[in-house]
Amino acid sequence: MRRYLARRLLLLVPVLAGVSVIIFMVLHLSPGDPAEIMLGTQATKEDLARLRADLGLNEPLHAQYLKWIGHVVRGDLGRSLWMKRPVLAEVLTRFKATLLLTVTALLLSSAVGVALGVAAATRPNSLLDRLSATASLFGASMPSFWLGIVLMVVFALQLGWLPASGMYAPHGGGDLSDLLAHLVLPAVTLAAASVTIVARLTRSAMLDTLGQDYVRTARAKGVREGGVVLRHALRNALVPIVTVIGVQVGYLLGGAVLTETVFAWPGVGTLMVQGILARDFPLVQGCVLVVALSFVLVNLAVDLLYAWLDPRIRYE
Amino acid sequence: MADAWRRTARRNRLAVLAVAALAAAMLAAVLAPWLPLLDPDAVDTPNRLRPPLTSGHALGTDEFGRDLLARLVWGARVSLAAGVASAAAAMLVGVTLGILGGFYTGWVETVVMRLTDILMAFPYVLLAIAIVAGLGPGLRNAMVAIAIVGFPLYTRLVRGVVLSLREREFVEAARALGASDAVILGRHVLPHLLSPVIVAFSLDVGAKILATAGLSFLGLGTQPPTADWGSMLATGRQFVILSPHVVLLPGLAIFVIVLALNLVGDAVRDVLDPRAATR
Repeated sequence: MRRYLARRLLLLVPVLAGVSVIIFMVLHLSPGDPAEIMLGTQATKEDLARLRADLGLNEPLHAQYLKWIGHVVRGDLGRSLWMKRPVLAEVLTRFKATLLLTVTALLLSSAVGVALGVAAATRPNSLLDRLSATASLFGASMPSFWLGIVLMVVFALQLGWLPASGMYAPHGGGDLSDLLAHLVLPAVTLAAASVTIVARLTRSAMLDTLGQDYVRTARAKGVREGGVVLRHALRNALVPIVTVIGVQVGYLLGGAVLTETVFAWPGVGTLMVQGILARDFPLVQGCVLVVALSFVLVNLAVDLLYAWLDPRIRYE
Repeated sequence: MADAWRRTARRNRLAVLAVAALAAAMLAAVLAPWLPLLDPDAVDTPNRLRPPLTSGHALGTDEFGRDLLARLVWGARVSLAAGVASAAAAMLVGVTLGILGGFYTGWVETVVMRLTDILMAFPYVLLAIAIVAGLGPGLRNAMVAIAIVGFPLYTRLVRGVVLSLREREFVEAARALGASDAVILGRHVLPHLLSPVIVAFSLDVGAKILATAGLSFLGLGTQPPTADWGSMLATGRQFVILSPHVVLLPGLAIFVIVLALNLVGDAVRDVLDPRAATR
């Protein structure tokens, strides 16, 4: 296991280098002069020259990259042009909110998805099975931002059961119950599509394992049905289930941008969109970098989880 | 094959319905300039936010009094074209790289696979947003971004198939007979790629429509006064309490079209790849 871990960590280096190059390129993709784009058409020649020097735009591209990455590894992501504050501190504060939202959605989609999938696999072609098939088709076709707005209209504006937006109530809020109430609608919106994907995959993985000889043997030995399903079938279906849940993390981190915008959730997603519209490139770079880095680490964690679940993988 | 299509059509009435819905939407989108519709951009503030079934406005009006039916039909042109075009671009780039990466070992394979690995190290939507940030907001740039983010899917798929084909006897036989790479690829490899790529593409167009609508919703796709379904939803959002139809209708349009595309995609898969058919 230790050698496997070392190899996986070593493989991170080229991926992270590539990720950083792409994020760096984002600033330099633009056909025009980044300084001009950032400052707009009103900027004076002196302003432009100063910003160009600040950003190091007069140097060759590889030198700019090395300088930038040198700062990044020391935790210096530059200053936000729009907020006039260091990017890292701002992004990390907002990232906590994003993390809370995505982790809640992930727990929700894993728990509900696996439970639904197991239930559907043990009773194929039942009403529940057919309902979950329909739901998964709907989940894959529904724009999440639209679902969010519909949920907001129904549960916040019409019924008044839950707050419509933000993370805390503006007056008198701030405690845990306030936070949880604000979390419900965004988390459900974000998790909706993932639930159906996890449920479908769990179902098909479970159908595979339930048809195996060892399941028949377990039944013949007189193991109770619950034990057969959970200990023999589900345990062996876990590798594909963990895979799909790992994929969902990327989906959720990206989808969070849309969900955050719908519910004015103060996360990295809303910050990034504001940054783009304000042409604040250091801020956008910082947001992408932090989210991409966390996604790479999650993928690593998922790979390690496989190796733990299925020792055969370590020796490949 | 024709038999398989007929069997699918008989068994899968929903897919037939979906094809009909798609055909109707595409026809309306293509024929929009000749349909008896009001001007989608004509502002008429006294008649703003009229509910559906108002006389003269079958689906009501938006916050500027513009006819929603006309805007939905004209928006369909943008949304459908953007989805199909970005999926097609992703497919072309992805399939080409997948063939190269699967057929040629050595540095070509390394470069192609590392590139897709790195692109896949990003959350999908996030990378698209980052690319739009660099290129600048706008429909064309949003489509470019979605195509860039989308091609690794095809590359992975195609490379896997090509890798296994490369070792097959008929490829070796062709090579022994002195066939050039171009002939082997064109005559012996490409035909085997057709059905997995068609299946992936038919399921991908819906995802691309959702992605473009999402970017437009964030204000990074189509810019006013042009509207697609995503941007209509975004601007209608402020009026959702009093006039929910300005948000519900464009969302419903996206939902129905993407649902239809997914149903058709599933049916195409059932015909072309019976082993993967849903159990």
